[in-house]
Amino acid sequence: MDFTDSRPNPDELLASLKLQEEKSKRGKLKIFFGMCAGVGKTYTMLKTAQAEKSKGCDIIIGYVETHNRKETSDLVKGFEVIPRNTYQYKSTTVYEMDLDAIVARKPMLVLVDELAHTNAPGSRHAKRYQDVLEILDNGINVYTTVNVQHLESRSDTVAQITGVVVRETLPDEIFENADEIEVIDLTPDELLQRLAEGKVYAPERSKEAVVSFFRKGNITALREMALRIVADRVDRQLHEYMQLKRIKGPWKSGLHLLVAVSHTQQSAKLLRWAKNLSYTMGADLQAIYVETSYKPDTKESEQLNKNISLARQLGIKFRFITNTNMVKAIVDFAQKENITHIIIGKPRVRNLLTLLRLGNFVNRLIRYSGNIDVYILGSDIQSKDRFKEKVSLPSFTSNIRQYLTASLTVILTATICYFIKGLIGYQVVSFALLFVVSTLAFFFGTGPILLSATMSALIWDFFFIPPAFTLHVDKPEDMLMLIMFFIIALLSGVLTSRIKRQERKIRIREERTNALYQLTRELSTATGIQEVISIAKNDIKKYFNLNCRILLKNDENQLEYSSKKDTSFTISKNDMSVAAWTFQHSTKAGKHTDTLPSANYTFYPLKGNQMNLGVVAIQQEIIFTQGEEQFWEAFISQISGKFEREYLRDMAKQAFLLNESDKLYKTLFNSISHELRIPVATIMGASDSLLTTQHTDEIRNELSVEIFKASKRLNRLIENLLNMSRLESGRITPRLDWCDIHDLINKVTESLQDELKPFSLHVVIPDDMPFIKIDFGLMEQVLYNLIYNATQYAYTSTNLRVKAFYDNGITTLQVMDRGPGFPDKEISLIFNKFYRVEGSKAGGTGLGLSIAKGFTEAHKGTITVENRQNGGAKFTIKIPTEIPQTELKG
Amino acid sequence: MNLPETILVIDDEVQIRRLLEITLSSNGFKISEAGTGKEGLIAAATHNPALIVLDLGLPDTDGIEILKKIREWYQKPIIILSVKNSEDDIINALDNGANDYLTKPFRTGELLARIRVALRHIPGSDVDPNLTFGNLTIDLVNHIARKNEDILKLTSTEFSLLSLLAKNSGRVLTHQSILKEIWGFGYLGQTQILRVFVAQLRKKIEDDPAKPKFLITESGIGYRFHE
Repeated sequence: MDFTDSRPNPDELLASLKLQEEKSKRGKLKIFFGMCAGVGKTYTMLKTAQAEKSKGCDIIIGYVETHNRKETSDLVKGFEVIPRNTYQYKSTTVYEMDLDAIVARKPMLVLVDELAHTNAPGSRHAKRYQDVLEILDNGINVYTTVNVQHLESRSDTVAQITGVVVRETLPDEIFENADEIEVIDLTPDELLQRLAEGKVYAPERSKEAVVSFFRKGNITALREMALRIVADRVDRQLHEYMQLKRIKGPWKSGLHLLVAVSHTQQSAKLLRWAKNLSYTMGADLQAIYVETSYKPDTKESEQLNKNISLARQLGIKFRFITNTNMVKAIVDFAQKENITHIIIGKPRVRNLLTLLRLGNFVNRLIRYSGNIDVYILGSDIQSKDRFKEKVSLPSFTSNIRQYLTASLTVILTATICYFIKGLIGYQVVSFALLFVVSTLAFFFGTGPILLSATMSALIWDFFFIPPAFTLHVDKPEDMLMLIMFFIIALLSGVLTSRIKRQERKIRIREERTNALYQLTRELSTATGIQEVISIAKNDIKKYFNLNCRILLKNDENQLEYSSKKDTSFTISKNDMSVAAWTFQHSTKAGKHTDTLPSANYTFYPLKGNQMNLGVVAIQQEIIFTQGEEQFWEAFISQISGKFEREYLRDMAKQAFLLNESDKLYKTLFNSISHELRIPVATIMGASDSLLTTQHTDEIRNELSVEIFKASKRLNRLIENLLNMSRLESGRITPRLDWCDIHDLINKVTESLQDELKPFSLHVVIPDDMPFIKIDFGLMEQVLYNLIYNATQYAYTSTNLRVKAFYDNGITTLQVMDRGPGFPDKEISLIFNKFYRVEGSKAGGTGLGLSIAKGFTEAHKGTITVENRQNGGAKFTIKIPTEIPQTELKG
Repeated sequence: MNLPETILVIDDEVQIRRLLEITLSSNGFKISEAGTGKEGLIAAATHNPALIVLDLGLPDTDGIEILKKIREWYQKPIIILSVKNSEDDIINALDNGANDYLTKPFRTGELLARIRVALRHIPGSDVDPNLTFGNLTIDLVNHIARKNEDILKLTSTEFSLLSLLAKNSGRVLTHQSILKEIWGFGYLGQTQILRVFVAQLRKKIEDDPAKPKFLITESGIGYRFHE
């Protein structure tokens, strides 16, 4: 029993759930699907909508074409119709659906006809389905109509069946992801009947064309196609349903297809075919392009870009791989991705060289692919210019100077050899020439090498091989040697030039890797959004030679138009709305894209892992090649990542600050409210008592003293709070002036007279204490706080010492008391704001010491505390100070 | 006793005005009040008070501007009321003609003392050539200072400094005004010279130079000779 087959694939289950979740947020898309025009899709759509409307659903018409058919027009009545936008296009007026009006109106359901329609130039999106996607994104449900021939993957087949090339195509992805599909089916006979009655509107076609299109055979084929598509879909839905509900069933084996794409038109067909195959097989499909040393020309590059965008439209995951060995690249990738089937196009054989190259390719791919199946799709595209297409060997891109230098070198060597040929013999000359040709190959392109190889061969033959001065060769061994000489010269030249081309490719890749590395390194050291912006701008200029403008979101999550400094890059209001669109939808837009291509710039979203960060606008003259685009995306994703990190850091910082200030606020409230209340209570109580009671003079006096004391306490608190706020705001710049330290200490002890009474104060200042330059007011406060603190905690009748001395540019102030000192584990915390030692006596806010610290630090000084040996605390302030240069005499 | 002298209080706080009214009128002064700088200017012109108490933090105009405007014609003393931590403002006011200052919150006793000192030093009034402060006497005519009847050996600069401070006893003198008066304009900003002389002078006139009784430091502003 094989378990693997019956077990649901967890990845697929997850994907399925994710899809469900995404779908539930978005609006629902219902497609009315038909085999061709005239089956009554619009009619059915309107009918269904009417039924919904009668149930109370808010339905509007975004865009419906009635083609003046009465039955359809009658149905439109009763619906609110959003007026269309008008566009002037080449002297004709074009009407298009007004997307913004619909989104603004925000109905429950909107009817939009003809999903595959191409919008008029100047509209926001190139295609109507893009409009519809935007509507769905806004949570609005959509009813729409589609004909089978408009499906991207079927357009080729339709063209084959009917002979009509369909230009308005719809990516299969949109169709496949629709929430509901209703088939409007008519038998071919019924349809032809309607056609005959004139009930079928067939635009822009001549009568003959209509007749040739609506042939019974055609209609039958289209009908079969439409029905099969829907049948497949139903099958798949069943499969999805079984997965979702974990129903064990006949799982289709996990099939993974890989289609190898080239830069030919044939690959487009290959992609469509592969898509169909994967659809019917219920398999997953990826596409791969292998970039080898072969350099596609402009036309081929264009075709490649087309193929890639087709793949994306078809919803195929596209991978771009650089490897000189195409077979190895494909097989390696296939093995890594568990690919079960590889699909390739049958190579077209143009000439011997491609036969060798490509024929080999198919054989080798089959040989190396092991148990992976290889499908080879036949080629039927008649390329008229197939012989005009360039053979990859060799390319003559070298300039005249290279040709000249190459020929001169050969001539010079030949001349030297001519004079010494007596010494070395004519055979050795061939080696000398061969050496020269091989050496030249390192410096020059294929052209000059071919020339010098040919020249050397001729010169050797003419001047050296006997008989000299004729092209005639006598000996057959010489003839053989001449031929070998020519071939070796040619091969070595060509091979070397090929190596050089490879080298250049590798160098470009290396440069790109290096650029990314440099960017990452620069970004890693950058701090702050502004710095990141300037690095990003510089590097984009440096590596892409592009001017850019970075627009970032603001706190309200909206794109901000800022940085007025940038004059080189003005963004108009129109461009700004494109930028806003890009930001909102995190999809590139603007010039060279499908969305709003009339903008002046191309806008790329800056996408982070969790959020969109903004938009980068670039002034791009040439479209990026595929490789460049990948490089560019990698580049901006690095930048986006950095921006995101910066944002997250800012957010974290803000949260931290908020938290801190919250904490501070609480502490402040707890400690301050208590500290404020006590003196206020004293003042109120005492004064109230004075007002209401007749006291003796003595008591009145005592009460007044209490009021005075309480006011002083209150004043001290306010003083501390003000000082704290001064410190917090960072506005403290000491006003340094000469100060007599005696004066300073005296001033403080004077104002603390009362508090100092229970202690014996000893002030120790050496006789040679110089004047020092400090801020008198600030240091007064520092000393005041320290001494006041000592008076609050020291044991009464003990000694309180204040010491000052100057030594070698540093003034030291010390305050020492005999009290309990500080608990060792808390001693490091006492300078913290609002910190109060556990169990310390009531009163005090825990601000005094932190203010002392702040003011000392404003003097570039330090404050430390230690417990004294026999009990008590010792505060030491050290301040670097200036002293007078010369002794002054009176 | 003469007629009670009028004191104009310019302060925007009603409570402060009320407090001053009670304190001053109970001490024999007449009070006129103004709540804004403009009102103050008008009141000063109409009442011609003997002294003005001016709050620097007025709601309508900068106190310094009011001070300058009043000083254009008003010769009598002006005492500044100010909040602490604004030494620059105080010095600025003193340099612009204010006679003294007090920081809020203040003791009413202190204010009364300052008012009395200021009223005594009305310009033009005669100065007694012999000044006595406790055990210290200064003979301005003969340039002699005595402490407990002993003649103090003072240099001429020391004596000039002493007599300047003593003549303005009770009033604060800013560092710069002292430097300008004794040493001249060229010494403005040379506060260390002043500190040296103040320290020397204290050693000679004070009983305990570490705890001066006469020559008092006004933090960050200047000196005051205590009566």
